[in-house]
Amino acid sequence: MSTPAVKGDSTERSWPLWEVFVRGKRGLSHVHVGSLHAPDAEMALRNGRDIYTRRQEGVSLWVVRSTDITANSPDERDSFFDPAADKVYRHPTFYDVPEDVEYL
Amino acid sequence: MRENAIDTTEATVAAAYCLQLGDDALIYAQRLGEWITRAPQIEEDMALGNIGLDLLGQARVLLTRAGELDGTGRSEDELAYLRDERQFHNVHLVEQERRDFGFEMARMLWFASYQCELYAGLVTSSDETIAGVAVKAVKEVDYHRDHARQWVLRLGDGTATSHVRMQEALERVAPYVSELFKDDVVSVAAAQAGVGTLPSSLWDKAFGHVSLVVDRATLALPADPTWHSRGGREGVHSRPMGHLLAEMQHIGRSHPGASW
Repeated sequence: MSTPAVKGDSTERSWPLWEVFVRGKRGLSHVHVGSLHAPDAEMALRNGRDIYTRRQEGVSLWVVRSTDITANSPDERDSFFDPAADKVYRHPTFYDVPEDVEYL
Repeated sequence: MRENAIDTTEATVAAAYCLQLGDDALIYAQRLGEWITRAPQIEEDMALGNIGLDLLGQARVLLTRAGELDGTGRSEDELAYLRDERQFHNVHLVEQERRDFGFEMARMLWFASYQCELYAGLVTSSDETIAGVAVKAVKEVDYHRDHARQWVLRLGDGTATSHVRMQEALERVAPYVSELFKDDVVSVAAAQAGVGTLPSSLWDKAFGHVSLVVDRATLALPADPTWHSRGGREGVHSRPMGHLLAEMQHIGRSHPGASW
């Protein structure tokens, strides 16, 4: 182990936060389910297993350091998302679907 | 079917065997339950709680089976809550008091390494219930062993303090290890009957696993201890056992037959 897992004065604060993503079953995407503290990635995976998959919620688990996620700021919400509001032509609603086309 | 098909001697042996395996699991589950709210992190509360519940699940099936086989018809609850200390057949390792987290990981590493080999062997038990427990438990205890391994590696190869404390933990656990692998009367008879496995036959692989982990954790296996625990399989226990039973049993004994 290159980095010490537990510092001498280990407290909850000294363990980084991880975001946990679970895939419910094959074919589905991983979905964010919550977060946890762990000293490193391997322990984060195991803690994720113990906390978020104890009722068979998943078949695959991802953990990501919370600090590695770049998120938009709430202040930017207007400029990020509102411009899409009046662009109906982006929705695929202007096509006629022939009746005999299945699975569409 | 059971009553007619199985020779009573064999049933008695199988019952006693189920009882000692079940007692190991039950008593260790009780000790692990004590960690809830006391582990270093809430994540670890969950991990130890899950592991304890896995063991409790194994104990429930094994004790129920013991009650069926021994002819008394005692339920899992009667066996868990109404027996006295001398009637429990668990090893001393699992009844020892909870100490620091390093001690728990050292104890778990040994116990889970033992159980991994035990259940791998019991998958082919002639008793269907035991074989059934084993098939399910093999995966559970593999995870327990991995959990202990992860922590022993991190604490052994962590800071100077964690290294010293993890080494001390291995020394503290050492006197209780050999009892797990000692061929007691019941296990020998169970092995002969095809019901169980010989504890001594599990040593090489279990020891191999533990020594690999200890080595990678930059720790050292303790020298042969000057004393070894003994007597658990015969119902002779150490001081902490009475207190453990008092805590585990007092609700059941205060309210006999209560349910919800």
